[in-house]
Amino acid sequence: MNFNEKAGRVSGVSNIADEPDELDEALTEFRLSVYAWSEAAYSRTRTAVVPGRRRIWRLAAGWALGCVLVAGGGSAGVWEHHQHQQEMRITAARVAEQQRLAAQQQLWQEDEDLLAKVDSDVSRQVPAAMEPLGQLMVGDETR
Amino acid sequence: MAMAEEIGAEEFSAVVARHRAQIFRFLLASTRDVDLAETLTQDCFLKAHRNWKSFRGESSAMTWLMRIAINLQKDHWRNRRMQFWRHARTNAVDMGEASEWLPSGERSAEQQLLAHERVHQVSKAVEGLSERQRTVFLLRYVEEAELSEIARATGLSEGTVKAHLSRAVAKVRAELGGRQ
Repeated sequence: MNFNEKAGRVSGVSNIADEPDELDEALTEFRLSVYAWSEAAYSRTRTAVVPGRRRIWRLAAGWALGCVLVAGGGSAGVWEHHQHQQEMRITAARVAEQQRLAAQQQLWQEDEDLLAKVDSDVSRQVPAAMEPLGQLMVGDETR
Repeated sequence: MAMAEEIGAEEFSAVVARHRAQIFRFLLASTRDVDLAETLTQDCFLKAHRNWKSFRGESSAMTWLMRIAINLQKDHWRNRRMQFWRHARTNAVDMGEASEWLPSGERSAEQQLLAHERVHQVSKAVEGLSERQRTVFLLRYVEEAELSEIARATGLSEGTVKAHLSRAVAKVRAELGGRQ
């Protein structure tokens, strides 16, 4: 096995090219820092946390509360939406009724106008030749 | 599990004890994530145990283990790229953090500061290397492996290893040059 296992060996990294001293030094320092970092991470204490019963209850309560909040929020949204839809329906019905009344009013007005026009036209068109007959009728009635 | 019978439990424990720290160190330097490095180290030895039969002894056990570690690390990054929503490297630390661990030795405060700065620059350059360049660089300058061993561990030819290494060194040199 040729991989070097001796941590902290300082020299002998350059054989690719003649590297300047500073590069050689920097690479050595880099290696040392990686060795130290790795050793510290490798030998750190690891703790396995076993969740206790209280923690499980807390977790369950948290989930339950979360579910209630989510369900509450959802149903409030649905109710709000339903109310809004109902208001929209009532408003639409009211507007339709008003429009219907206005249309009916307009029809009546048109009928009134038409009748008035007919009356006035009929009264104007009584022929003048009929007037003597009218006078006779008046005479018969007085007799 | 039948394959695992090829190596005895005690013998394999000895292999683990001998090489685990080095595999972990390489994976830590590559991934910069302590938890991930530990997981991949475990996976590496698990895979080695399962496939011990396929280890023909042509290379050293260390080289073979290193090859498994490199492949595991490659697979990890490949899978990670697929998971596009996991772009953020949650546990990975800045490579420059390694410079925090530089042993002080018997140097003056100024020398320590300079060394710290140099390590930071090298770390920054290593972080910017391609995956293959970084692997080759770390094997050469951290694990101090021979070119032939690096070639065997990475599955590359020695010429390719040299080319990757020289590019990596050039980048590190440029980073250090920028500091001056």
